Amino acid sequence: MLKSEDWKGKTLIVMAEGENEVRWDGLCSRDSSTRESALETIRQIVLRKTECLRSVKETTCRPSDELSNAVSLDELNKLLAHLLMLSKRCPFKDVREKSEFILKNVQELGIRIPRPLGHGPSRYIPEKEILQVGSEDAQMHALFADSFAALGRLDNITLVMVFHPQYLESFLKTQHYLLQMDGPLPLHYRHYIGIMAAARHQCSYLVNLHVNDFLHVGGDPKWLNGLENAPQKLQNLGELNKVLAHRPWLITKEHIERLLKAEEHSWSLAELVHAVVLLTHYHSLASFTFGCGISPEIHCDGGHTFRPPSVSNYCICDITNGNHTVDEMQVSSAGNISVSDSVFEVEALMEKMRQLQECRDEEEASQEEMASRFEIEKRESMFVFSSDDDEGTPARDISRHFEDTSYGYKDFSRHGMHVPTFRVQDYCWEDHGYSLVNRLYPDVGQLIDEKFHIAYNLTYNTMAMHKDVDTSMLRRAIWNYIHCMFGIRYDDYDYGEINQLLDRSFKVYIKTVVCTPEKVTKRMYDSFWRQFKHSEKVHVNLLLIEARMQAELLYALRAITRYMT
Amino acid sequence: MEKMSRVTTALGGNALTGRTMHCHLDAPANAISVCRDAAQVVVAGRSIFKIFAIEEEQFVEKLNLRVGRKPSLNLSCADVVWHQMDENLLATAATNGVVVTWNLGRPSRNKQDQLFTEHKRTVNKVCFHPTEAHVLLSGSQDGFMKCFDLRRKDSVSTFSGQSESVRDVQFSIRDYFTFASTFENGNVQLWDIRRPDRCERMFTAHNGPVFCCDWHPEDRGWLATGGRDKMVKVWDMTTHRAKEMHCVQTIASVARVKWRPECRHHLATCSMMVDHNIYVWDVRRPFVPAAMFEEHRDVTTGIAWRHPHDPSFLLSGSKDSTLCQHLFRDASQPVERANPEGLCYGLFGDLAFAAKESLVAAESGRKPYTGDRRHPIFFKRKLDPAEPFSGLASSALNVFEIEPGGGSMNWFVDTAERYALAGRPLAELCDHNAKVARELGRNQVAQTWTMLRIIYCSPGLVPSANLNHSVGKGSSCGLPLMNSFNLKDMAPGLGSETRLDRSKGDTRSDTVLLDSSATLITNEDNEETEGSDVPTDYLLGDVEGEEDELYPLDPEHAHPEEPEYVLPQEAFPLRHEIVDTPSGPEHLQDKADSPHVSGNEADAASLVPVDSSFSLLSISHALYDSRLPPDFFSVLVCDMLRFYAEQGDVQMAVSVLIVLGERVRKDIDEQTQEHWYTSYIDLLQRFRLWNVSNEVVKLSTSQAVSCLNQASTTLHVNCSHCKRPMSTRGWVCDRCHRCASMCAVCHHVVKGLFVWCQGCSHGGHLQHIMKWLEGSSHCPAGCGHLCEYS
Repeated sequence: MLKSEDWKGKTLIVMAEGENEVRWDGLCSRDSSTRESALETIRQIVLRKTECLRSVKETTCRPSDELSNAVSLDELNKLLAHLLMLSKRCPFKDVREKSEFILKNVQELGIRIPRPLGHGPSRYIPEKEILQVGSEDAQMHALFADSFAALGRLDNITLVMVFHPQYLESFLKTQHYLLQMDGPLPLHYRHYIGIMAAARHQCSYLVNLHVNDFLHVGGDPKWLNGLENAPQKLQNLGELNKVLAHRPWLITKEHIERLLKAEEHSWSLAELVHAVVLLTHYHSLASFTFGCGISPEIHCDGGHTFRPPSVSNYCICDITNGNHTVDEMQVSSAGNISVSDSVFEVEALMEKMRQLQECRDEEEASQEEMASRFEIEKRESMFVFSSDDDEGTPARDISRHFEDTSYGYKDFSRHGMHVPTFRVQDYCWEDHGYSLVNRLYPDVGQLIDEKFHIAYNLTYNTMAMHKDVDTSMLRRAIWNYIHCMFGIRYDDYDYGEINQLLDRSFKVYIKTVVCTPEKVTKRMYDSFWRQFKHSEKVHVNLLLIEARMQAELLYALRAITRYMT
Repeated sequence: MEKMSRVTTALGGNALTGRTMHCHLDAPANAISVCRDAAQVVVAGRSIFKIFAIEEEQFVEKLNLRVGRKPSLNLSCADVVWHQMDENLLATAATNGVVVTWNLGRPSRNKQDQLFTEHKRTVNKVCFHPTEAHVLLSGSQDGFMKCFDLRRKDSVSTFSGQSESVRDVQFSIRDYFTFASTFENGNVQLWDIRRPDRCERMFTAHNGPVFCCDWHPEDRGWLATGGRDKMVKVWDMTTHRAKEMHCVQTIASVARVKWRPECRHHLATCSMMVDHNIYVWDVRRPFVPAAMFEEHRDVTTGIAWRHPHDPSFLLSGSKDSTLCQHLFRDASQPVERANPEGLCYGLFGDLAFAAKESLVAAESGRKPYTGDRRHPIFFKRKLDPAEPFSGLASSALNVFEIEPGGGSMNWFVDTAERYALAGRPLAELCDHNAKVARELGRNQVAQTWTMLRIIYCSPGLVPSANLNHSVGKGSSCGLPLMNSFNLKDMAPGLGSETRLDRSKGDTRSDTVLLDSSATLITNEDNEETEGSDVPTDYLLGDVEGEEDELYPLDPEHAHPEEPEYVLPQEAFPLRHEIVDTPSGPEHLQDKADSPHVSGNEADAASLVPVDSSFSLLSISHALYDSRLPPDFFSVLVCDMLRFYAEQGDVQMAVSVLIVLGERVRKDIDEQTQEHWYTSYIDLLQRFRLWNVSNEVVKLSTSQAVSCLNQASTTLHVNCSHCKRPMSTRGWVCDRCHRCASMCAVCHHVVKGLFVWCQGCSHGGHLQHIMKWLEGSSHCPAGCGHLCEYS
């Protein structure tokens, strides 16, 4: 008895040491031998912990040990969840296999191992449509390896965006620069700003990711209890975050001035531009997360379960997110009434595009007509809203990151507030925004500019089942429609085109994704463009988020410019 | 006064007169254009379209072309141009893609003439043919350029740039059929108006959009372009490939560029963002604008020289809703304010000095040190005799070299390399460093280390030999004299020592000046002062005198008497350095050997001259009991560090700071520490002691310093085969799928340190190459190159 006690004490000490040894960064190396040794260390730690837990279980222990047991079990489970993620999502085959092997080992020792919840990275897109890790081609593999090396994970957003590798490359490069490269803000500030921005849209996915990152770069866990625990400087940013997320047209140079002239808590211009870029980036990324129904990461809460699979082979969560019914629904919707319907939709859309192309010169709308079309579209966009108005109360842990939850886009639309018109010809990204960003935060202007260009010009000349289609008109309509919702007007655009090309269900989707992303439902996602491929819907989402980011940036940068002149 | 001055220029009969003036517009302007008679200017913007007459004292509104009740986007002008042949003809480019022509000769109130609605996107620029009356060119956001014949209802020809938006189009002034267009993607295209199928020539001029271009009014093939990349470039288009002649770097993106009439190398620019001024540049002097107009409060959107043959009047429109006429003679000239002198120390104390030639020439006549042992070398910038130009500054460069050997900084390099700063117990570090210093003949420094060790380490551990040694050699100028019972007086004592040394430095420089030999007091000079060679003669006498007087003194008396020791030669009070040292027991023995030992060992303090002239002090065992905590000395040590830093020996200051760490850090303010660190790091880097400098950065506790090696740690490499940047990995090229960095010895991929020969560019693993070159001097790749490894 005494002997075993003794032994236990020893292992506990070993464990405590082992705690500090769990390092995942070795796995991000591109050198396979480094990865192998890192994995080996991890394996030993995991097995040691498992052993220890087992022995504790066997030797009936005193209640005082219960607590420490629970703690160590919790730690082990975290490790196992991370290993599970690696076994599924690591771009390196050796790591995937080895992690799975470790998990099996652990299972054989009688410890319950986790399994992923849900099916695949997106709740809206069937897993089989999405590229499997391991089956990517060389270019994508390079992208994955990059992403993994930078972040130590391959997140679901990346896996969905990889439908469009050209864009993904630019996206990852920009994000990496914003979060990890030289910049005026300290690393933990950057992640915290990301959390603030994502929390504005109650995007628990992004918040969870960045809480981990925030702690990883040495952020103070106290800040996570709410914005009021963060430094005054970050608290001051809250107001800008709020306005930028929901009503960017209200940003004035006074907002900027308040941030820049707050004595010891004041921001420098460079810091402010960095923060603004981060805020807009994460606002639009939240849109993407909801717009494509990104599932929680495997290693985060809600991404895995330790429960054994139920008889029916999927658990409650799968039912609620509707993932299990994907196949059936497709069969039913594609098989019956709607198939002719939706095919007709595509045909009609193409016909309209053709007509617009040809008839453009014939009937020339008068100037007033053009002006009023913009106003009509703008006004209408405010009333385009999904009928289901379920008030989703934000999860507690997220709401604490921002105050004033009631402040949202909808407030103003209900009251029909007037949105002043912002003319692109007077302040545009290419001429003005770019110069300002690049001046204050070098290189980022270039990166964002590239990203905008790729998103705007991306096309495969296909539409659903049709090939060789010039989609530029459709893309421009989507882009300008989003800007129109933010009151941004292009003098040289006939807003009548929007009405012709975008049907109501599509407008509802766009509007919801851009303005109140947290309210997007699978039904909305399914009900627009029914015959289009998932990759095309993701493409639409890319357009949405980039257009939104540009709109927010334009307003914020214009305010900064006004402050500077 | 000057601003009010009037300028009258005679230009073939019709004289231009006027002054610097401005008038308020009702709305921001987007573009301006001048009538060919130079008496009228048209201003266009989103909600303004007016013609002003330029009178002598003011602008007078002549005509408002914005008629009609309903605001139309056709009137929202992005650009406006006035025909240079026909003073009734104007054209505007609208933001909605419409090109409008205006005929001022129409009798009705509405002067609108023709409407071309062929462009799908905003038209950025319109341009009339310089000699042809009816030809108009437009460039639009949709990527097309269209040529209109005003006698017809629609365009004559359409030119497709096959790329992004057109930002500017300009007809060549000399070549009848040629026009240039600039694009958002950075390209410039040259077109023949008769051949709409493809462009004659295309080249990439800028990184990012090219906002504007302008043909030189006289030089046939010169085209100036301005872009978002903040550059103005001048291209020679006459050669087969467009050749970049000049490049001016501005501080903001360049929105407009216009050659200045009658001045071959001048051009005016204005910016689109942030910067509100208008600059006139001499393209041969690209760093300082020749003139600057600062009237506008918001970005300038349009500039135009008033008359094609008059260089002194510039008109401008701005987003701040004003129209200005600038007079060249009223411009501020940054060159005048610039300080054209430059002064820089070389690594080994050489001094380079550049100044305006006139200034130097005047000075050099009465230069006192010419022909001395420091040799001034005289450089003169060669001027191109083909282009005599008065505005260009010419300067002369003088280099003063220090006498060979005199300013050797070897001690610095050696010290830096050999010092140990961390990783061992404090005592060992101090001993090691003392040893290093002593071996380099820097005895005072050595002694300082020893003293530090004594202060901060437990006394029993002092190795005797070391102490003996250092104290025994003593320092020539320090005259260590110690009274351990008078510790209270140490601080002032040291202070006076500082003063002493400083004044000695002064003396030294005086001496040098008297010699008329040196204009420089550099670190080395100061160092020499500290060293043993220079002032020995008179100090020695002094020391000997002291010894006689001091010897019989009781420690209690020693101090009060100190002020009396005066160096007659130097005419300032010289106090002896007071060194805090409880010395080791062996020391006493040492003293016993000394012939000068007096009987007062019991007094615990005594002065022991060793050999010729060095004084030395020792303390008995008894002192250890009354040992003071190291904290007591920290003030003193800090003073000492400041002293060294002031002496120019920042190396010592930083080294001690690092070695002592927490023990003294709190007593010196952050800023001073940071200053020392940065100076030392700077010095180390100038001597290319990268490793040492990095170690110092790493060991520093100052936030600002330690982040120095956290920033910009990315290294970009290009593939050795295809010369493309390797973005993802350092050793495999994505494009040509080859391993770029192979070791020439083992033929494996190098993933860590890669060393290569700069001659033949072969290389490999550091270890392998080192080993290879030990045995062979030829390149391991077999290319026959004789590689050198140093």
